[in-house]
Amino acid sequence: MLKVEGIDVFYGNIQALKNVSLTVEEKEIVTLIGANGAGKTTLLKTLSGLLRPTAGTIQYLGESIRVKPVQSIVKAGISHVPEGRRVFANMTVEENLDLGAYLRKDKKGIKQDLDKVFSLFPILHERRNQLSGTLSGGEQQMLAIGRALMAKPKLLLLDEPSMGLAPLLVKQIFNIIQEINKDGTTILLVEQNAHMALSIANRAYVIETGSVVLSGNASEMQNSEKVKEAYLGGI
Amino acid sequence: MEWIQQIVNGISLGSIYALIALGYTMVYGIIKLINFAHGDVFMIGSFVGFFAITGWNLGFFPALLLSMTVCAILGVIIERVAYKRLRNSTRIAALITAIGVSLLIEYVVIYFRGAQPEAYPKEILPAKSFELFGAKIDSQSLYILLITIVLMVLLQFIVHRTKIGKAMRAVSHDQDAAQLMGINVDTTISATFAIGSALAGAAGVIFGLYYIKIDPLMGIIPGLKAFIAAVLGGIGIIPGAMVGGFILGIVEVIVSAFGFSSWRDAAAFIILILILIFRPSGIFGKNTREKV
Ligand SMILES: Nc1ncnc2c1ncn2[C@@H]1O[C@H](COP(=O)(O)OP(=O)(O)O)[C@@H](O)[C@H]1O
Ligand SMILES: [Mg+2]
Repeated sequence: MLKVEGIDVFYGNIQALKNVSLTVEEKEIVTLIGANGAGKTTLLKTLSGLLRPTAGTIQYLGESIRVKPVQSIVKAGISHVPEGRRVFANMTVEENLDLGAYLRKDKKGIKQDLDKVFSLFPILHERRNQLSGTLSGGEQQMLAIGRALMAKPKLLLLDEPSMGLAPLLVKQIFNIIQEINKDGTTILLVEQNAHMALSIANRAYVIETGSVVLSGNASEMQNSEKVKEAYLGGI
Repeated sequence: MEWIQQIVNGISLGSIYALIALGYTMVYGIIKLINFAHGDVFMIGSFVGFFAITGWNLGFFPALLLSMTVCAILGVIIERVAYKRLRNSTRIAALITAIGVSLLIEYVVIYFRGAQPEAYPKEILPAKSFELFGAKIDSQSLYILLITIVLMVLLQFIVHRTKIGKAMRAVSHDQDAAQLMGINVDTTISATFAIGSALAGAAGVIFGLYYIKIDPLMGIIPGLKAFIAAVLGGIGIIPGAMVGGFILGIVEVIVSAFGFSSWRDAAAFIILILILIFRPSGIFGKNTREKV
């Protein structure tokens, strides 16, 4: 479904990604784990078109999206839940969800998906007229995911959904990610919480200072000494 | 009963400031640029209205609409030609460019038609006066207030109820997140310039109706005053610009009424200084630091 080959991404003179390759197959949950500053966010931003690679190719559903504008990438079915939620704090929960469906015209489908999001996250229904800036961190994360789902994505990019959340909430969010996946949405999950991520993923990539250093089956990775040492230590 | 009359005058002046301030504040909200050419768009609007009324014999309202349309287009052109490429450069570069655009508009107009003033014809709108609580109120003031209110309600509707309005709010809050919704940032910024400039055009025609005399440099002082009004209300905040405009208009008229008419410009700048010292985020602004 998604095939990234040999991409380089720079911030000015600083190279953030070096020759990164990765694939995501339809219906999979793939996770990308790595320490802070490894380049995970940079990769997701490049996939959604907010950043441009200077080298390499990005194929999505057999088409190159490397130079496509962000709107076309969203329209093609890639939704990105950014790091730190980035909800529109000055708007209500419902307005945020409406914006998620910005490019859609099928009123009926939008209404159905809104109901679906509300059934996944009943708290959002309760809070639908509340300004989203007044939500708790966990609720904002749910809103950010719900907002991305309103675009009816085929591929969902999630950037550290567990960041700053209590363990119980993290568990809840990860359950919902699995549920979304069972519903037919492919997922690329970026995490520092390697333990949780590996427990729900099919496959995993490990990224270190801008390069993929390890990849493989998630359950194998969970048992790999190298990963245990570097990312699962203490857990 | 002199007072009521003065307040009414203040509201008329305040309407003009408020309409111009809205454009300042909307543009600042979305691209963090103080568009110093905005006062000149107001001037162009005034001239378009003048030519429409005297040259083409259009009535007041058609002239108003024409002026708003021309200004909307001009605003979009200014953004596309001058500001767009500076989006990722320093604020000072954009600010200097804005001043450059302002001078360019002023002197292009002077080049083509000279610097001499023009006079709006009287009685474009029925100018009857009538008594209210013993004060003499003239109907033009009421028209001005009415037009301003209609435009403000329309603006609130656009910003809160339409798709482009929601896009405008989203982009001004978080440009990257807005893009991830599929919002086209360029189109949204253009729409913001179009709407803000149309309001300045309307202010220009209203100005001509009320103050009669217009000239190519007429945008400078009202532009600055409207900027102060926007800061007073809280720059980037739409209701703030409306309230700030009305307050400034009323304060100026009151200062004149006390016999300090030569101080009315100074009053505006004193307000600016006070607000920058005591409440830099303005009346409606939250006094918090910008979050990272
Ligand atoms: N806007 C930026 N400008 C310059 N360098 C950046 C920028 N964003 C990230 N970087 C750098 O790129 C590298 C990768 O960052 P990032 O992708 O955010 O890592 P991660 O998401 O894995 O924590 C880091 O060294 C970071 O300092
Ligand atoms: Mg990150």
